[in-house]
This record gives sequence, C-alpha cells and structure tokens, in this order.
Amino acid sequence: MMSPLLEIDNLGVTFSTRRGLVEALRGVSLSLQPGEMLGLVGESGSGKSVTGFAVTGLLDKAGRITAGRVKFRGQDITRASGAELRNLHGANMAMIFQNPRAALNPIRTVGAQIADAVLSHRRLSKQEARAEALKLLRAVQIRDPDRRLDAYPHELSGGMCQRVMIAIAISCNPSLLIADEPTTGLDVTTQKVVMDLLARIVAERGMTTILITHDLGLAAHYCRRVVVMEQGRLVEEGAPQTLFRAPQHAYTKRLVASSPTATSRVGDLVPADEALPVVEVKDRPTPAPGTPPLLDVQHVVKRFDDGAAAVADFSMTVAAGESVGLVGESGSGKSTTARMICRLIDPSAGDILFDGYSIAKLPARDFHRSPLRKEIQIVFQDPHESLNPRFTAFDCIAHPLLRLTGLRPGDALRSRVEECADRVGLPRELLSRFPHQLSGGQKARIGIARAIACRPRLLVLDEPTAALDVSVQAVVLQLLDRLRREDNLAFLFVSHDLNVVRMMCSRTIVLRAGGIVEQGESLALFANPQTDYTRELVEAIPHIGSPASLLPA
Amino acid sequence: MGTIGATLIRTGRRFLSSLPALFGVLVFTFLLMRVLPGDPAVFFASGPSAGNEEIEVVRRQLGLDRSLPEQLGIYLYDVGRGNLGRSMMTGQPVAKDLRQRLPASLELTLTALVIALIAAVPLGVLAALRPNSLIDHGVRLFCSLGVCVPTFVSGLLLIYVFYYLLGLAPDPTGRIDVFASVPPARTGFLMVDFLLAGDVEGWWAAARQLMLPAFTMALFVIAPLARITRASMLVSLGSDFVRTARSIGLSRWQIVVTYALRNAILPVITIAGIVFSTMLGANVLVEKVFSWPGVASYALDALLVSDYAPVQGFVLLMASIFVAVNLLVDVLYGIADPRATVV
Repeated sequence: MMSPLLEIDNLGVTFSTRRGLVEALRGVSLSLQPGEMLGLVGESGSGKSVTGFAVTGLLDKAGRITAGRVKFRGQDITRASGAELRNLHGANMAMIFQNPRAALNPIRTVGAQIADAVLSHRRLSKQEARAEALKLLRAVQIRDPDRRLDAYPHELSGGMCQRVMIAIAISCNPSLLIADEPTTGLDVTTQKVVMDLLARIVAERGMTTILITHDLGLAAHYCRRVVVMEQGRLVEEGAPQTLFRAPQHAYTKRLVASSPTATSRVGDLVPADEALPVVEVKDRPTPAPGTPPLLDVQHVVKRFDDGAAAVADFSMTVAAGESVGLVGESGSGKSTTARMICRLIDPSAGDILFDGYSIAKLPARDFHRSPLRKEIQIVFQDPHESLNPRFTAFDCIAHPLLRLTGLRPGDALRSRVEECADRVGLPRELLSRFPHQLSGGQKARIGIARAIACRPRLLVLDEPTAALDVSVQAVVLQLLDRLRREDNLAFLFVSHDLNVVRMMCSRTIVLRAGGIVEQGESLALFANPQTDYTRELVEAIPHIGSPASLLPA
Repeated sequence: MGTIGATLIRTGRRFLSSLPALFGVLVFTFLLMRVLPGDPAVFFASGPSAGNEEIEVVRRQLGLDRSLPEQLGIYLYDVGRGNLGRSMMTGQPVAKDLRQRLPASLELTLTALVIALIAAVPLGVLAALRPNSLIDHGVRLFCSLGVCVPTFVSGLLLIYVFYYLLGLAPDPTGRIDVFASVPPARTGFLMVDFLLAGDVEGWWAAARQLMLPAFTMALFVIAPLARITRASMLVSLGSDFVRTARSIGLSRWQIVVTYALRNAILPVITIAGIVFSTMLGANVLVEKVFSWPGVASYALDALLVSDYAPVQGFVLLMASIFVAVNLLVDVLYGIADPRATVV
C-alpha cells in the first residue's frame, strides 16, 4: 500500500457568523491514495465544500480550522505559512469551482488568465506562457483554441467556461485536484462531456481527485469510492455499488430514496413515515365531447429584436387536470414558451386559447387585469429570489388574493391564507416570518401556496425544484402531485431534469432550439426515444439505481 | 476595430439622447431667472438717482419690455448662433468671459480630482484589505473629517498652516503672482502654457499657487471616492474569481491589483465623473477663498446683481460639461469593461 497523498485527521472547522459560531465540520477523517477519484456527496450545508476549502486553505476569513490536521504528502498544511500555501496552490493542489463563469475574471481574456496560472509557478516568457495556454486549451478540447485565447468569459458558454477553468486548474500539473460541483448548472449533455473530459484528463495525468457533488448518480458514475456527509460529519463510506444499493446509515438511505431515478415514482421518494397521506381521488366526469382543451397553443412564435427566433411554430394542448412536461437544454426555448403561455411576454405570432378564449392578443403588460390571470398561475424557479424580501410569508400568499380576487384584509383573507399554508404543509406560525428567516423548502412551499391561492386551473412550473436539495425536492414534488389531483389542476412542468418530468408528467414535449423534437407519453418516450436528440438527453443522465451502472466498471 | 466602432456609435447615441435634456436646462434656467426677484434694469440704470424714465430706457435696451415668450424666442435664437449675450457686469460677451475663466476652473478641478483619486483609491483598497482594522477606522475618520469640514474652513486652515505658519505656500490669491509674467495664452491652462513657453520657473510658481486650493477641494471629495473604492473592493475580494486567483497561487499583488482592483475600479470611474461635475460647479467657495478667477465665482457675482446672461450661460456650460463628462465616463467604461460594449 502506498502512503496516502492526502490525510485528513479529525478535522473541525468553525465559522463565526452574526448568530455566533457555527460548526461546519466536526471530526472529519479521510485519506486519499494517489491517483484515486473520491466522491464527496451530501446536501447543502453538509460541509462537503467546506472540506474542499479547508484542504486547500481557501476558507473564507470567517472560517477557522479549530481541530485536526490535513496532511498533504506528509506535511501538515493547516500550519503552513502564506508563502508555503501559495507554492502549494496551483502547483500541487488546484480547485475547479461551481458556476464557472463567476469563477473567471470577467474583464481578463481567458488566455491571459491561463497564462497567469502558468506564470505563477513557472519561469517562462510571456510568449511561452501564451503558447502553453494554447496547448492547455487544446487539452480541454475547446473548439477554435487560437481564437478563444482572446475571448472574455462572457463570450463563452457555461460549458466552455468550465473547460477554461479545468485548463487553469491543470496548468501546473497539480497532484491533487478538487472539483467542487463542477457541472452543477450545466445541461446534462454538457455535464457528460465535461465530466468525461475531466475524468480522462485526471486519469492521463495521474491526478488524485475529490469530486464534490450533490448528485449521487454523478458520483456513482465517476468514482470508485464515495463518502456521504451530513451536517459536517462523515456518515458512510464505500464503493458506490454497495453504498447506494444497500445504504446502512439512515441519512444515506433517505438520500438514495429521494434521488429520482429512471424507475422511481413520486410516492417512493419520501420515506413511508413522512409521506403525505394518500388522498382518494374521485373519478372526474369526462368532459363532454367538443369541449375545448383547457389550454390550446397554436403555432406560437417568439422572435427577438434581432430577428432570431427563440421559439418557432410551437403548438400544444393541455387538458384540464393533465400534467405536461416541457424539457430541453438551456437555450431550447422552454422558459420562453412557458412565459408566453402564462402571459408574461407576448408571442410574435400564433394564438393561445385558454378555455376556448384567445389570450394571445391581450398584451402581457395588461394581462394582470384580465379575469383569466387568476386562472393561470406560476411557480418560479428560484424560491429564494422570487419572494419579496420585505414581505412576510403571509403577505406573499395574500398578495395575489388581494390583487386578483377582491378579498379585503380581514378574517376571510386570513383564513384563506392559512388554508393555503395548511395545504402546502407550511406551519401557520411561520406565516409571520420573512423569507430570509425560512429554509429553501419552506420558501418553495410559500411559492406554491401563492400560486394556488387564487384556485387557478393551470399552473406553470418553471424548474420549481432546481434550486432545492433532493430530499426537499422529493417532498415538494409529492406535494405538487397531490395538489394537482385534489384540485384537478393542469400542470405545465418545465424542467431540465428528465427523471423528475417522467415522474410528474403523463405527457412530455422535448424542445430543441425553439422547435419540438419529440412528444408523447412520458414513460414510452423515455423508455424508447424516437430521435437521436432525446436519446442523447436520456443517456446523459448519470444513474445510481439502474443495474447497468452498478456493474463493476 | 469592431469595438472602437461600437464605442463610437454608442457615444454618438448617448450624445443625441442628451440633447433634449440640454434644451430643457436652457429653458428652465431662462424661466428661473425671470422668476427670481430683482430687476436688472433698476440695477444697471446709471445710478441710484435714476428716474423712472431712465430705467425704462435701460429696460427697452435690454429687451425686457417684451413678452416672456418673445424674450425666450430671441434667447434661443441667439444661443443657437453661439451668442450667449453680454454681461452687464464686465461689459464683455458672456462667451468670451466664460472662455477666459473656464480653463482656470478646469485646471483647478482636474488637479483636485487627480489628487483625490491618488489618495482615495489606495486608502479604499487598504481599508478593504483589512475591514474593521485600525487602518479601516483611520480611513473612515479621515473621510468623515474631509466631508464634514466645509471647504472654506479647510481652505482657511490650510492657508493658516502652510502660508502663515510654515510659509511653504505662496500668497493664496489668484492663479499666479500679480507681478509675475504670464505666458502667451494658448490653451488657457497656465500649467500647460508655461510648459509650452519653456518657462520652468513660472510653471513651478503656478503649480505652487495651485496646490492649496486643489488640496482643499480634494479633501472634500476623497470621502465618496474612498468609500466607493472600499465597498467595491470588498465585493471584488469576496468574489469567486478572486478565490480562483488564490487557488492557483498568484502573488498577492496580482490578486489585489490585477484581479480585484481592476474589477473594483469600474464603479469608481462612474463616481469620479459625477464628483468632477459637482466639483466644477460647486467649487465657488474655494474660488472665493483663494480669489481664483473661475467660472463659478463669476456666475455668483452675476447672480448677485441680477445679471441674467452670465448666469444662464454658466448653467448651460455646466450642463454641457456634465453631458461631456458622462460621455467620457461611458467611453472609459467601455474600455475598462469588455462586457459594456455588448450590453
């Protein structure tokens, strides 16, 4: 057995915040063999990123290592001086960060930034550094590397920015590479390409890697050993095959259960004792023949000012109580389509019929005065950003009632808001709180309560769980599914997460570059995609549960 | 090439869009002057003993007997031809007065701004590097003092210390010693004219004369510049790309200057533009204390005697400078931030 490259021994990290000291890591011990790729998984706040920052000495000023040691090649780096750390950084250990665009200097060309990294540890001339940067861009397989040298980060896509970040990280051939959520926020297909590239590069160069991620599938797919973290502690460790197939620790079990897979159903995501009671759904009378569908979108087009079409000739129908999924990569036009349907923006051409009435001609600016506004409501992507920070939870839910239903402040309003809160499982005592005093899951519930407050018939959900941890997502999805069945709500569910759409929607539409690629019954569509594009999307999802990926590689 | 073209187009568009504002300023000042109390005809009639008839004659000469719209029309027509009217006070065309006095104000304000920036940016950076440290509190104290002491007080204090007590500064009146020979006025900027004339001794005398008023003005504006530098440096230093820079082991200098400060300087450019415009118009106190022959003191004198034309001319000049400075800021921003040309 070789001596480990990295040894973390009983590491403790504390952050000083306004509310006092917060323990972020409590007694974390780990060791890494050279050449290994370790997966570090957990939900937000579990301390997985803090572990990465503590190892590389990049903790914020507020964070302090209070206990334990981090030994890199036998040297304790928690006691290293600034100069020693600077020599380690880049040359011996490097990091790849989440949100690659923010991680790059916005006003410096990517070539210059790579050259900076090269020059910080090697004595080269400017020209040599530039040539080296070009070589690195080739290594991360950027198209047109000569031209990209002089590009700024905002001129590159997210995936390309992450490639540049990888180029920077590997510029001095470090022996330890820590990738902190390297593909979060990227499309699945881009994620696959970037992760494959990263895995190949670290294998070729013999780098030891820690992959920090919230995505169990990703960790299972790329790592031989996975460590699960919860609240600053390591709770379980093992090979992904055994760990995810037969989790031992309660938290791991829960995490595995709530991660949507190719076969999971909404009801399975939450442990039985926490699941919502099943509601009896009465069979609804089938609508009389000739009744128009609830939503009928006819040949809708959205052109931008420069004439480029974001959505070209999009048609669909949604029946009352039906749930339709809209999937596609970023830039496919799915959000634009959803916004046109909920009348936040105007289509350039085509018609939208709601209940048989044309609503496309009403300008989006005036639609809030239409009686149909309360029939079509929206749940937004980011529960943190989409709530007014100066409104309490009560105000947030009451606002559409005041604006759209003519309820006045008083007992009737209060009881209606409390009813909505009850329905989404938001404790009443939280209604007086402001968004920053609530958790992500609670804010998501407020967003849903706000949307159902006016008893709409169509709910447009724009990536409603993209910003949530899987365990919270599981609960929210279950809640949404139940609300839909109770109220006979129709859903237009926009998401990039195919597994979620498969569970939530009976029918799915696949969009690409503003046009419909494929549509059909969700189960059939994902089990047997008819087009290459859908197949590519489906295959790009890393799985934990499917037997195929559990076979030893 | 493309970026230069884009910058030019943007600049042109910004200029055109500012014309309505300039026109509004023109009309508004005209009306404001008419509303203010004071009758120029009474003031400029030959003497206190002048009779009603005499006043009437002056009034007719000045065109003040006509209706307001008529006066406005004539005024706009004249301004359109570049004629800003004649000052009753100096007896010269206003345009000529302003042309003579503007370089004095510009020279003083520019020097003050440069001094303020040289002081404020490092102070702000130091404060941001160690927030809530002794340095940070020291910078905060210094800034507070700079803002809360009025310029006429700090000006007099500086005169007292550097002229009266230490004798380092020259007689604090005007741009140059009255007995010194003035170089041929080519640009109006004494510092430049002396250099063009090759008169180093004269240049040094003018520079010494400039220092006290410039420092007085700079003291007053160091605070906003240092504070915005500090705030924007704090954001920059906490950003992801600075963390990236640390993660690859760049030197401290490179992290602070090339990565953090280069990004943090963008809002400082904007504030510096606003500060400059404000200083130019609001430095009348400094000009008065140091008997500086600038445009602001000229406008104040005119206002006190209800001399319409110079005040209107001054306001128009200030508005134009404000537009020009904003354009300049815009162009600088486009150069400093590659994203700006796209947005």
